[in-house]
Amino acid sequence: MNELALKELLYKMADDLLILGHRNSEWTGMGPILEEDIAFSSMAQDKIGQSHALFQLLHQLGEQAPDTVAFTRNAEQFHNCVLVELPNQEYDFSLIRHFLFDTADALRWEMLSRSSYEPLAQLARKIHGELRYHTLHANTWVKQLGSATEDSIGRLQRSLDEAIPFALGMFEESPYESDLVTDKVFEGEAMLKSLWMAQVEKVISATRLHLPDWKLINPVRGGRMGKHSPHLQPMLDEMSEVFRMDPTAEW
Amino acid sequence: MYGGGNTFEGIKTDSVAQEDPQKLAEFEARIARGEKIEPTDWMPQLYRKQLIRMIEQHAHSEIIGALPEGTWITRAPGFKRKMSLMAKVQDEVGHAQLLYSAAETLGKSREQMIDDLITGKSKYSNIFNYPTFTWADCCFISWLVDAGAIVNQLANAKGSYGPYCRALDRICAEESFHLKYGHHCVIYLAAGTAKQRSMFQEALNRWWPPMMHFFGPSDKISVHTEVLMRWKVKMGTNDDMRNQFLDMYVPKILELGFTIPDPKLKKNPDTGRWDYTEPDWEEFKRVINGDGPCNKERLEVRRIAEERGRWVREALKSPKAAYVTPLA
Repeated sequence: MNELALKELLYKMADDLLILGHRNSEWTGMGPILEEDIAFSSMAQDKIGQSHALFQLLHQLGEQAPDTVAFTRNAEQFHNCVLVELPNQEYDFSLIRHFLFDTADALRWEMLSRSSYEPLAQLARKIHGELRYHTLHANTWVKQLGSATEDSIGRLQRSLDEAIPFALGMFEESPYESDLVTDKVFEGEAMLKSLWMAQVEKVISATRLHLPDWKLINPVRGGRMGKHSPHLQPMLDEMSEVFRMDPTAEW
Repeated sequence: MYGGGNTFEGIKTDSVAQEDPQKLAEFEARIARGEKIEPTDWMPQLYRKQLIRMIEQHAHSEIIGALPEGTWITRAPGFKRKMSLMAKVQDEVGHAQLLYSAAETLGKSREQMIDDLITGKSKYSNIFNYPTFTWADCCFISWLVDAGAIVNQLANAKGSYGPYCRALDRICAEESFHLKYGHHCVIYLAAGTAKQRSMFQEALNRWWPPMMHFFGPSDKISVHTEVLMRWKVKMGTNDDMRNQFLDMYVPKILELGFTIPDPKLKKNPDTGRWDYTEPDWEEFKRVINGDGPCNKERLEVRRIAEERGRWVREALKSPKAAYVTPLA
């Protein structure tokens, strides 16, 4: 097995989950209704916990401890897709991002439950169950708000149009993609993308929203290679503000 | 947590005289026997009004209290603290949800309560009008403000109104974890570097006066609450609660090597109660009436959150919204 390829896969997943978990947690105390405040916080906790579990797998493969890796790298060392680092904006954008990301994430974990790398397959079988609630939540809200008022439909449509190019960037391939597929570690971004498109189309078809023509969209890539938007570094500076005060201290 | 230091306005007991004397006698006898009053039971108007006021203040304290700690979620040092603080603050928002529901059983809607919070008509715990400058301030709240709230809430859980007592039982169970989390954070600061120790000492110096205010004005100057005590709406005097907190937590703070910024603070062996410098009640009044360091900011954040979320709430009321049963 190509260990570099495996690590690259684990890093991008861990970083996606850490960054989106952090963004979701920014809704705490700010949700449109208390129930949504609580729901976004739950999903944030799951994502940060899943990220931690992946950093632990990396640690077992010889990488530094989870806290060091998560709290001391700079933006160009992060492998997350750009979608997850974008600011929350209004609830419609956060909801659409959550829907697009978690639809892919649930499928990704399901695929990984068949991974030839047994520690990852074991983790995937556990986490896949958590994701069921994230997709139930996203689908419920997208269906309701995507068919309610002109205002809610318009807002969701604008956010969908804005997020789709970034969402396609989730499937940016690793330089080691073929090794992962050959070694049966991961069935690959291309397969994930086609499953994702079918699922997104299914949910959106139950609403008054419409999807753009996939072929006309230019995906925003680069995140997997450390090329990020200007939003990531300030977020990381905030995240590590206390931790970096004294990296030798225990908190 | 939270929800300590309820303020009771000078209550007019005249309305009690207009209640049906037989029903009132039965009501008081039930409470004296330790029975709980339920939403559909007969109750005096004053009882209903004071309970709504108290539960509503408690609920507001939970959502406003989520703000000074919530601002540290994005800065919590390390995975363990980040995950714990997220879970803790989420609990507080969950407590608000429980408490608004308990208050709604008395006839005031959640929307009306939140409107009254934003316009300043309803109050919330005064302590959240102070800023959290550092991580240590956040740890102070998690440990000691929660500790103070637990003292109040364990007492109130023995009160007479069923829905509030049941909500408090559940809240107190969760609070006990918050207390452990907060204490754990402070132990790490105490056992850490010189900088970490001084961070917490400075936080303690800043937060001690608001902490003493937390339990409400001294019994010598607070409004008469006998009828509320008889009806088990209020379960202990402010000074009793303050003493109980000092009994439980002063030794723990000193044990960690910190200094409490009150030279007069000591337990009086004759009375068995704590002597301390009388808190500045003028400041307390000033802050509760809107002129504290963070009152405007806290309400502004809440107002913005309500404003930004309005379209979602409106959309949910639309008959066109596809009703989706999530688990179907």
